Amino acid sequence: MSESNPSPLDVAQVAHLANLARIALTPEEIEKLTGELGVIIESIAKVSEVATPDVPSTSHPIRLTNVFRPDVPGETLTVEEALSGAPERDGDRFKVSAILGEEQ
Amino acid sequence: MSSAELMDFDKALELFEPVLGFEVHVELNTKTKMFSPAPNPAAPGAGAGEPNTMVTPVCLGLPGSLPVVNEQAIRYSISLGLALGCDIAPTSRFARKNYFYPDLAKNYQISQYDEPIAHDGAVDVELANGTTFRVEIERAHMEEDAGKLTHVGGATGRIQGADYSLVDYNRAGVPLVEIVTKMITGAGRDAPELAKAYVSAIRDIVVSLGISEARMERGNLRCDANISLSPRGSGKLGTRTETKNVNSLRSVERTIRYEIQRQAAILAAGGTITQETRHWHEDSGTTSPGRPKSDADDYRYFPEPDLVPVEPSRELIEELRAALPEPPAVRRNRLKESWGFTDLEFQDVVNSGLLVEVESTVAAGASPAQARKWWTGEIARLANVKAVDPSSLVSSEDVAALVVLVESGELTDRLARQVLEGVIAGEGTPAEVVEKRGLKVISDDGALIAAIDDALASQPDVLEKIRDGKLQAAGAVIGPVMKAMHGQADAARVRELILERANSQG
Repeated sequence: MSESNPSPLDVAQVAHLANLARIALTPEEIEKLTGELGVIIESIAKVSEVATPDVPSTSHPIRLTNVFRPDVPGETLTVEEALSGAPERDGDRFKVSAILGEEQ
Repeated sequence: MSSAELMDFDKALELFEPVLGFEVHVELNTKTKMFSPAPNPAAPGAGAGEPNTMVTPVCLGLPGSLPVVNEQAIRYSISLGLALGCDIAPTSRFARKNYFYPDLAKNYQISQYDEPIAHDGAVDVELANGTTFRVEIERAHMEEDAGKLTHVGGATGRIQGADYSLVDYNRAGVPLVEIVTKMITGAGRDAPELAKAYVSAIRDIVVSLGISEARMERGNLRCDANISLSPRGSGKLGTRTETKNVNSLRSVERTIRYEIQRQAAILAAGGTITQETRHWHEDSGTTSPGRPKSDADDYRYFPEPDLVPVEPSRELIEELRAALPEPPAVRRNRLKESWGFTDLEFQDVVNSGLLVEVESTVAAGASPAQARKWWTGEIARLANVKAVDPSSLVSSEDVAALVVLVESGELTDRLARQVLEGVIAGEGTPAEVVEKRGLKVISDDGALIAAIDDALASQPDVLEKIRDGKLQAAGAVIGPVMKAMHGQADAARVRELILERANSQG
C-alpha cells in the first residue's frame, strides 16, 4: 500500500468486522489488517474498471440453473452419529454456552 | 412496564399515525427439508420428532455436505407468490446470511437477499366494519428454518440468565417462505385489527393452497410485527421496533396495540424510540427489548456458492397459476352461500379468524350452523380464558365428531360442553371422553319415566294444569327430572314424556 493512497477501510470498520466474525484482534493487528485488507479491496476493485454495464453480475462460473431434487425422504443420521462431533451433549441434544442477545 | 407508562389508546391515535410492516414466516409442509432429504417436521402429521432424529449432514452443516434444492418447495413458493399477486422473478438466487448463533450449525442461514423468488403483490384484508384494506407485499423469499434452542437455568427459562442452551436441529432446514409487506399507512385505529386480519388472511391463503399446516401454536406460521409512530400531520416517519415471533392471531393484535401505547407515551414525554427487536410476553401482555437491530450489512449477505440460480420457466409459472385455488374473496362468497350464513354470521367467523376451522369442521361432517356455533361460541370462550387461539385447543375433526354426537341426540349441548372440556384436557376424542366420563344422554325412557313419577309425586297438580292447556307447567317437572338425571337427559324428550302422561291420564 502506498503512503499517498489511504486505505478504503478504516480501523473502526475492521474492528467491527472482527467482532462480527468473532475474531479477537489486538489494536496492532487491526491496524495492520486495515492496510492489508485495503490492498485486497483495491485490487479487486480493478475488475470493475473493465466490467462494462453489458456484463451481467454473476455468482457462479458455470452457467447452470435449476438444479433440484425430488421431494422424497432419504436416509438420516442416527442420534449417535448426529452428536458424534458435539463438544458437549445433554441427552440427545447439543449443549452449548448460553449466548445472550443474539437470537436471530 | 407499568400501565402508567402506556398512553391511552384513543389519545395515542389522536396524536400519532401508526405505520406498520409485517414479516410472516410460513413453514412449508413438503415431505422433506429445503436443502436435504431429511424428513420435514412441518409435514402433515409429522410432528417435532425426538431430538436430532430428523437430521442429515446438511442440516448439521457438516464439512463436505452440500445443499440441493427441494423442487416441491420451489413450486409451493411460486404458488404462494402467485396467490399473493406477486410477480415471479425469472431469475432468483439464494444468499448466505451470516451470523453466529447455535440455532444453525454452519454460522449462516441460506436465504434470499436481493433476488427473491416473488415480489410486488397485494393482499386484500377484510375488517370487521365491512371495509377492505389493501396490504401491499414487497417480496416473498425462500429460506431455511433454524434449529430449536432450549435455554436451561435462570429463573424463567428465557435466554436472559440461562446457564447453557440445548440444541435440537430437527427444525433446521425446514423450508420457509418469508412474506414481507411494504410500509402500511392509513390504518389508524384499525391498526391492531388489521394486523390480526392480515395474518389471518395469509393463513387462509396458505391453507387453501395446501402448502403449510399453518398452525401458529406450533410455529408453522410466525409473525414479526414492525411498528413506528408518525406524529399526525408531520409527514415524518418514526423509529420502528420489530416484535419477533408473535405466535397467535390474538397476540398479533395485542402486540400492535401495546406498542402503539408504549411508543406514544415515550414520544409524548419527549423521549426517543430505540430501533430494536422486542419480544412479546403473552402472560403479561407486554413487550420487552431484545437485541439492537443489526444492519443488513452486518449479515454480510453474498450469493450462496453451493446453489445455482432458480429460473422458473414461463410454462411452470402458468401451470401453477392455472392450478391456483379461487381467490380469497371468491372463496369467502362461495362458503357464505353454501353455508347459508347471514352477513353478520359470516363476518363473525372471518373476523374471529376461524374461517379455516369452520370450513374443515364442515368438511369433517358437521353442519355449518353447528360448526360456527361451537367455534365462535364455546371454543372461542375457552380460548379467551386460556389466552390462546381457538384453533390451538381442539382439532376440527374432534369438533365435527362432537357436533355429530349432539345432532344424533347422544349428547345435549350441556353434556357436549363437558365432552369438549375433556377433549381439550387431552382425554381423547369426543367418543372416548363420552365413554370415559360416562356422559351419554339417558335415552332409556324407563329411567326417565321413573324420575318423572318421582317429580310428579310432590307436584300432583301439574298434569291437571297441562290438561287445562297450560303446557308451560311441564317446566316444573322437567327441572327436577334433569337434576335427577345429572343433566344427562334430553330435556325435549322429558317434556314429550310428561305431555304423553298428561294426555293418557285423562
